[in-house]
Amino acid sequence: MKPPRSRRHWLGAYQQMLLIRRFEEAVETLFRQGRIRGTAHPAIGQEAIAVGTCMALASCDYITSTHRGHGHFIARGGDPARIMAELFGKATGYSGGRGGSQIMADWSLGFLGSNGITGAGLPVATGTGLSLKVRKANGVAVCFFGDGAASQGMFHESLNLAALWRLPVIYLCENNQYAMSTPVNATIAGGSIVARATGYGIPGVTVDGNDLIAVYEAVQKARQHVLKQGPILLECLTYRLSGHSRGDSCNYRSPGETEKWKARDPLPRFKAWLVKQGILTGPEARRIQSTVRTIIRDAVRFARSSPDPQPFRQSEGIPT
Amino acid sequence: MTTRSFTEAIRETLEAEMRRDRRIILMGEDIGAYGGAFGATRGLLDRFGPERVINTPISELSVVGAATGAAMTGLRPVVEIMFMDFLTLAMDPLVNLAAKARYLFGDQARCPLVIRTACGAGRGYGATHSQTLTAWLLHVPGIRIAAPSTPTDAIGLLKTALRGNDPVLFLEHKLLYGTREELTLPVAKIRPCPYGKARVVTAGNDCTLVAWSWMLQEALRAHAILSQQGIRIDMIDLRTLAPMDVATMVESVRRTGRLVIADEACRSGSVSAEIAARIFEQAHDYLDAPICRLTAPDTPIPAASNLEAGWMPSAADMVRAVHTITGR
Ligand SMILES: Cc1ncc(C[n+]2csc(CCOP(=O)(O)OP(=O)(O)O)c2C)c(N)n1
Ligand SMILES: [Mg+2]
Repeated sequence: MKPPRSRRHWLGAYQQMLLIRRFEEAVETLFRQGRIRGTAHPAIGQEAIAVGTCMALASCDYITSTHRGHGHFIARGGDPARIMAELFGKATGYSGGRGGSQIMADWSLGFLGSNGITGAGLPVATGTGLSLKVRKANGVAVCFFGDGAASQGMFHESLNLAALWRLPVIYLCENNQYAMSTPVNATIAGGSIVARATGYGIPGVTVDGNDLIAVYEAVQKARQHVLKQGPILLECLTYRLSGHSRGDSCNYRSPGETEKWKARDPLPRFKAWLVKQGILTGPEARRIQSTVRTIIRDAVRFARSSPDPQPFRQSEGIPT
Repeated sequence: MTTRSFTEAIRETLEAEMRRDRRIILMGEDIGAYGGAFGATRGLLDRFGPERVINTPISELSVVGAATGAAMTGLRPVVEIMFMDFLTLAMDPLVNLAAKARYLFGDQARCPLVIRTACGAGRGYGATHSQTLTAWLLHVPGIRIAAPSTPTDAIGLLKTALRGNDPVLFLEHKLLYGTREELTLPVAKIRPCPYGKARVVTAGNDCTLVAWSWMLQEALRAHAILSQQGIRIDMIDLRTLAPMDVATMVESVRRTGRLVIADEACRSGSVSAEIAARIFEQAHDYLDAPICRLTAPDTPIPAASNLEAGWMPSAADMVRAVHTITGR
């Protein structure tokens, strides 16, 4: 089955996924080379969720993100050069170099920020849903969160509030099987995260998070649902193919397990589908690769050549 | 003689005390096989098993709440809060129960709970992974606060915390984890260190410099420069902030007439503000110059390296402050 979308549309999705993959790989390399400092959490292996979700959204919608937010931001239209500049701690970064990897936002894109506090995006999305409802504004809020965040009280409280008030919020869990070193079976009682929807009387749907089309269709349906009937919980099953953050050796996972998930890597999988459908040809694939390479190279150049932030401006933005 | 890093000091103390007292349990995120975000519990799961080294889900509020409940019913939980910034999520059980239990319920309600947490900036982790929110808890009666600056003090202060009967907030500065020290005794032989007793690090009559945790390491660098210039400072490592050894600071200020306080936190409502008030109350007649507080500015902690370096008080700031205050 081929969803009713144009060829260009699918090629765009592929380019976005590849862009996120290459961006995150570049970030890992830059860390290894000591050219950026602090920390970052790559979304390698989870690109289909970010891209599939954002494809299904409208410009009036909002997103809350997590510590693993570069992919969400890029998929929503964030400028890779300014994201990279933020990682370099430069004045041209999204937060002027003040935020770093876990703290960037762009209100004009409805991207309400990555967030370094696990679970903290959940109530923000809930409040965004409330705001949309009270203002009678069009749009929905999408809350990305990890399997680890489902253990925070904020998860349960937010689902309860949103269900009570029938808010237009899609709670979208990226279950990548681990919270840092801790596997889901050591954190989630009751069998699954999605099962928790029942307790709040809202629908819960399990999605293959490594299948771009499955994610896209699920979020499209979810969007229609929440606009009319209140919140929904989606659990997208996926796997982080990289370390949790820089310098993570992943010694808590078996190589066999990782290999199994590599075989389900969303990127080659979607590419194979495109080829089979006759959407992606050899020259087209090369063109996309080269476009992505140029975007990454330009992003790193832009970041490197941008000025450092001015220390004397530090206190700007502090309400007095 | 053996050298130990700050991290090793913590780990070996936990191990030694867990052998000594079966009531001690550890709780925290990724503290099991992974050994904690900073490696402080590495190997302890193997030694003590999952009943005593409990790898928790990401549930700071309920983990600290549960630890409080366990502490009041016979266990001695040590909770690792990965970054001090996340303590915000666990404030209620600490502030509204653990700290108040003994005062309100009497001796039946002992609450031997230790919260270990990594504080401090300097590693580019950004505004929500770098804070030192000590002043928040200094404001709450009933919580003891340790802020060691060396492996030896970490061992002594952690032992006291683990053998006491009251809640303790135990601060581990991220920049200290890798610092090493020659220990004069094996970890098991190092004595528990009393709370409320400062350590006089260097003696001098020109100026008093008060610091703790990472700031003490910066103060040592400042001292090296100042002593070459013939300026003798009385350097005091407070070691614990609650209780606070005001007497030692007062005695020193009476001799030097000058006080510089180095506090790695935002200025308003800070620990340094409390110290300044105490000294002014008890020794203002002896002050020859206004008290100087070196603090971070009242802004969130920026991630960019140049901004972050400017945000934290440094040895150079201390040298400048001592020059200004002594007129040299
Ligand atoms: C309140 C809080 N507790 C702990 C952490 C440290 N931490 C950062 S990411 C993470 C794991 C999060 O797991 P999950 O929600 O599954 O997201 P993933 O990293 O897998 O994308 C932890 C424990 C944090 N940032 N905030
Ligand atoms: Mg996860």
